[in-house]
Amino acid sequence: MGGSRTAGEPLPGTWFRGRWLPWLLLAPQLLVIAVFFLWPTLRALRDAFYQGDAFGLSEEFVGLRHFAHTLGSAEYGHALLLTLAYALLTSALSLAGGFALAVAVEGLRSGRTLFRTLFLWPYALAPAISAALWVFLFRPQVGLGAGLLEHVGVHWNPALQAGQAQALVLATTVWQLLAYNFLFYGAALQSLPPSLLEAAALDGARGWRRVRDVIWPLLAPTTLFLVVTDLTFVLFDTFGLIDVLTQGGPDHATETLVYKLYEDAFRNFDQGAAAVQSLLLMLLVTGLGVLQLRLQRRRVPA
Amino acid sequence: MTFRIAMRRFTRAGLWLAASALAVPVHAARVPIQFWHAMSGELGVEVQHLVDGFNATQDRYQVIAVNRGNYDQTMLAAIAAFRAGTPPDIVQVFDVGTATMMSARGATVPVYALMQQQKQPFATGLFIPAAASYYADAQGRLLSLPFNASTPVLYYNKAMLARAGVTPPASWAQMGAAGTRLLATGAKCGFSTGWPEWIQFEQFAAWNGLPYASADNGYQSFQGVHLLLDAPAFRKHLGDLAAWSRSGVFRYGGPESNALPLFINQTCAMYLDSSSSMAAIAGGARFPWGIAPMPHAASVPGAPQNTLTGGASLWVMARVPADHLAGIAAFLHYLMSAPVQAQWARATGYVPVTRGGYDALQASGYYRQNPGALVAVQELSNKPPLAWTRGLRLGYLPQLRQIQRNALEAVLAGRQTPAAALRQVVQQGDGLLQRFGETAGGER
Repeated sequence: MGGSRTAGEPLPGTWFRGRWLPWLLLAPQLLVIAVFFLWPTLRALRDAFYQGDAFGLSEEFVGLRHFAHTLGSAEYGHALLLTLAYALLTSALSLAGGFALAVAVEGLRSGRTLFRTLFLWPYALAPAISAALWVFLFRPQVGLGAGLLEHVGVHWNPALQAGQAQALVLATTVWQLLAYNFLFYGAALQSLPPSLLEAAALDGARGWRRVRDVIWPLLAPTTLFLVVTDLTFVLFDTFGLIDVLTQGGPDHATETLVYKLYEDAFRNFDQGAAAVQSLLLMLLVTGLGVLQLRLQRRRVPA
Repeated sequence: MTFRIAMRRFTRAGLWLAASALAVPVHAARVPIQFWHAMSGELGVEVQHLVDGFNATQDRYQVIAVNRGNYDQTMLAAIAAFRAGTPPDIVQVFDVGTATMMSARGATVPVYALMQQQKQPFATGLFIPAAASYYADAQGRLLSLPFNASTPVLYYNKAMLARAGVTPPASWAQMGAAGTRLLATGAKCGFSTGWPEWIQFEQFAAWNGLPYASADNGYQSFQGVHLLLDAPAFRKHLGDLAAWSRSGVFRYGGPESNALPLFINQTCAMYLDSSSSMAAIAGGARFPWGIAPMPHAASVPGAPQNTLTGGASLWVMARVPADHLAGIAAFLHYLMSAPVQAQWARATGYVPVTRGGYDALQASGYYRQNPGALVAVQELSNKPPLAWTRGLRLGYLPQLRQIQRNALEAVLAGRQTPAAALRQVVQQGDGLLQRFGETAGGER
């Protein structure tokens, strides 16, 4: 029975031979993909080559003009670099933070549940809600955090100071991602085989040494997974956060790719430009997904 | 006995059923008119009051008011619905969406044409000129119905000004002097501004009688329009704001009304914002405050001119069922009536858009009791509008505003000089205006 199957032959144990039942069972999911993914993608692909008015009353084929315009614009280049820096920095900080917190909490003798619950809280919030909390804390002259900063001599005005606005967005994003990374690292730590850790302990690996040489390599699959999810989160789900915190300002300082896309599509009714940007963004994320699959296959042999 | 009572109950129930069966079709036969608006909270409640008032007088039509989120979302929803073939009958669109609506020939029914066709009394002259001119075409015909109108005013903290020994400044030069006095008498900041791009560029231009863009701000044509924002008066104003920002006279508080808390918690003694923020300030301020006109540039001859109407107007969408049109026209006529205008202005703080509404408020003594509410009306009608202070008829206006806000922020943060920032505003803006000219309908 161990021989290889030829294509089309049913799997051992499969008791229906017809082709329609699998398709029927797949249909709901395929429908969802077609309506919510394929159709909009094709629509964006088409719109990227047309210039029309908002109401769809007239349009003309403009070829690659939108692509040239978007890729040639300094604003898009700026948004791209900003997004990359933002994504890498937030992911790195929240990964390191989540890992450190998880190691610290799992090493506790008591109170683990309490800390787990507390550190998980931010994850339960929608990005827009956590941003609203931070706005409340850091509104100049009013917020508690803003007051503290003024107290230590920082002239706090993120409405005007690009660096301060970026720091605010960065801090809020890291705060939110930290909980997610903490959760996954915590779970992964608990599933590490105790025998390995004991063996390491017998060999004299303790404290930092144990974390660096034993735990961190063992958690590589989790880290890989988190890198990709974090990056995807920063690329897409931070829209609400930025909208509430800074609206992309001051002077484009926090205008990431997805925020620029929103502005062009829904505030400026510039469909062609928005279609091009959404296609580019899709390429970026598809690339990330492929990279993840490649790495996973290499590093984590089944 | 019991049988009889039961019988009586039964007949009563039967009668009630029959009556409601009769009543339901009568009710359902009323033609529904969809009215999408962007007024939430208290303002939404007031819109519903107006609509209820209309529905109570009607047996043929029933207006159904639906809040579709903020201005951006409401306009977007109407556009999406139009593309899907199910537009609302009436939609509220904010001032900056005007050119987009106007350029979409075939997507809307001009209000003046609808009223004429439906034999409702209607004339541009019934409206306050500044409100009418923003939404009228080059021939002065109203394409949409002015609805909620506001304009920037200067809110000031009476106690802080008294301590500094200054009166509300009439000009920007006086503003600088007053701010310096305020800082010297313990204030942390002289003034701040809400809606920076709207107040410091658009309204600054109109109030000082300066053109904002060529072709009378786009009123004459959508093609070949370019911005005129690099004129010396704008450069000087931007330079003043930057200098005041450095000295602390002016504190920048971000877009929209984000700077309002600076006034409420008495950090800044003065605050420029829309007249429709009156309610928010009345609710928050724990100190005596007043309302004065926006300062003007004393060095510009002829200033102050008139301010522009902000707010929104009501557009009638095309491709709605023909039997709705009479009902839509009746509703718009109702909204124009003096008592409704007076009720709306009184409840919301918006400026009445018809002369009749203004007269009714005046006669009832409203402006004697609320002199602050009169400031906005006086600014709007300070002088008859010039050809280039009627309003803005420019495509991509939200984007133009954003470019200006970015420029202002770059100058205030010291990253750019006023001249360089304004050059960039004009250059980027002209690119957008050219693109809009290419897609918008030919002559207007």
